[in-house]
Amino acid sequence: MTTALSAPALPNIRAVSQPGYSPLWDIWLGLRRSPSGLVGLIIVALHLGLALAAPAIVPYDPAAFDTAAIRAAPSAEHLFGTDKLGRDVLTRTLLGGRIALLVTIVGTGLAITWGGLLGITLAYVGGIVDEVVMRLVDAILALPRLLILLLLASLFGTATGVLILALGFLFGIAVIRIARATTLDFVARDFILAAYAMGARPRTIIFRELLPNVLDILLVEGALRWSWMLLSFSALSFLGFGVTPPTPDWGLMIADSRDVLALAPWATFFPIGAISTLIIGVNLLAGALAKALGLDRGGRAAG
Amino acid sequence: MGRLLVQRFSLALIILAFVSLLVFIMVELLPGDAATAYLGRDATTEEIEEVRITLGLDRPAPERFLVWAGGLVRGDLGVSLARGEPINTFLWMRLRNSLVLGITAALVGFPLAIGLGIVAGLTRDRLPDLLISTISLIGMSLPEFVTATLLIYLFSIQWRLFPAVTLVNPDAPLAELLPNIVLPILTLIVLLTAYILRVVRTSLIEVMRSDYIRVARMKGLSRFWVVLRHALPNALLPTLTIAALTIAWLIGGLFVIEKVFNYPGIGTLLLAAIQDRDLPVVQSIAMVMAVIYVFVNLGADLLTLVLNPRLRSRRAVG
Repeated sequence: MTTALSAPALPNIRAVSQPGYSPLWDIWLGLRRSPSGLVGLIIVALHLGLALAAPAIVPYDPAAFDTAAIRAAPSAEHLFGTDKLGRDVLTRTLLGGRIALLVTIVGTGLAITWGGLLGITLAYVGGIVDEVVMRLVDAILALPRLLILLLLASLFGTATGVLILALGFLFGIAVIRIARATTLDFVARDFILAAYAMGARPRTIIFRELLPNVLDILLVEGALRWSWMLLSFSALSFLGFGVTPPTPDWGLMIADSRDVLALAPWATFFPIGAISTLIIGVNLLAGALAKALGLDRGGRAAG
Repeated sequence: MGRLLVQRFSLALIILAFVSLLVFIMVELLPGDAATAYLGRDATTEEIEEVRITLGLDRPAPERFLVWAGGLVRGDLGVSLARGEPINTFLWMRLRNSLVLGITAALVGFPLAIGLGIVAGLTRDRLPDLLISTISLIGMSLPEFVTATLLIYLFSIQWRLFPAVTLVNPDAPLAELLPNIVLPILTLIVLLTAYILRVVRTSLIEVMRSDYIRVARMKGLSRFWVVLRHALPNALLPTLTIAALTIAWLIGGLFVIEKVFNYPGIGTLLLAAIQDRDLPVVQSIAMVMAVIYVFVNLGADLLTLVLNPRLRSRRAVG
């Protein structure tokens, strides 16, 4: 965003409506140059692959108790050991990310879609609607996200679909603000005015002129939000408001095994390793994505 | 300046009014009203009706909202359903405990984050920066309960230095509280430092690229002096705003940390209240959190205005 001269920072404009332009290609070119981005990409891809393959490759039934091996240390029979009920930790760790990944990936898509479109529309429409919606956005952002999530979870339950909608709704709120602020840089530009003068309908202006210009910001936001959503989901799960037992889930496994931390640390450490590497991978990817698109914010306001 | 102050202040009040409406509606939507929550599922219809009248639940919702909001303005938070006593009698001690945790962590974490952020920003892409940035990325990526669990494993189980849970009364004096909360504070410091230092780093890198820094260097000022007098004031201002914005996020983290250490703060109170369906307590905590968030941000905004003369003349945009 910074230019050599300290002229008012213009958002970088590219001929995005040119035929053949693909932001995905740009991203790949940028990502290829960034070692940390590639590491992030590999970690995330590995996690996704393992989560997809897990049901076919796990050695045990995730809910089966092996009463002969309670809190057993890692061995040839149980590579990651067993937990306090004698369940195989390797099996549960492999399966434990499936719901988290499903919920957060769909949730993130939902969040940037509705938040992005509403934000762009508000910037374009302006006026009293914009004012009222933005105050509502401020009000929601003033409450700790976890508090709202806990309320929503006790209000609508913790079915997977509900969690997706709750997270998608809540994380979209902050996207509204960012999409709106970014779009405001464009609404007064000549090409929007030209489209308007040519008689383009608002819908056309929003989808064909404005959206392509803020798409890269939305992509970076999406990656960042994905990592935060994983954090929020795991916190919910840890607090008992996420996945229902005995379905394996990392947050739940950590919560369950914490009281035997001294006796069977492996039951806690393997799910910790799994969730931590996933979020680190997503963060590396998000950072590289931001750099590739020239939107390196580095520091991030959690909002 | 005066007008701006009034403007910002009224905006804060408007946001809080919206928050109160939002919180009221959300709690209103919860299945089963306060009366059923109060009596449990086995209560008879007559009993429920009776309690509904005592609690004023037979009044229409807008009227109840005004009564509740009116109470808030006067500082009356209502009565807890689970404990049957006014919320004011126990909420503030819990809040104090959480503030002790939060403020102690901030007092250590902010200077640490600023220091590390400066080092990383000035040594961009060289060893110190890579080290600091990598560690902060990891700190930021670990969920609070994971950081807490790892610290417990090291400090309580392996080295037996600090207790893994807080075993004190909610209204214990500070001197008794502090030795017991080293680990929760440490967890919060990790969380806070990891976030803030990245902001400082980026901000400093941006400022160091600007023309006036180049001019200052060219006129022969030492690097140290340039950083101290010219770069830092400008780099730290945005940090202030962003740090204030992260408050809501940190409060959420604080809730989880309190739960892990069983710390008698406002987070454990909230979790218990949600489990008990103690709606007035949930509403009160939500309002207190929103007030803290809004006023911390207002404070940060005003401080930024005071410290940055360039912004004062410009029109304030919300």
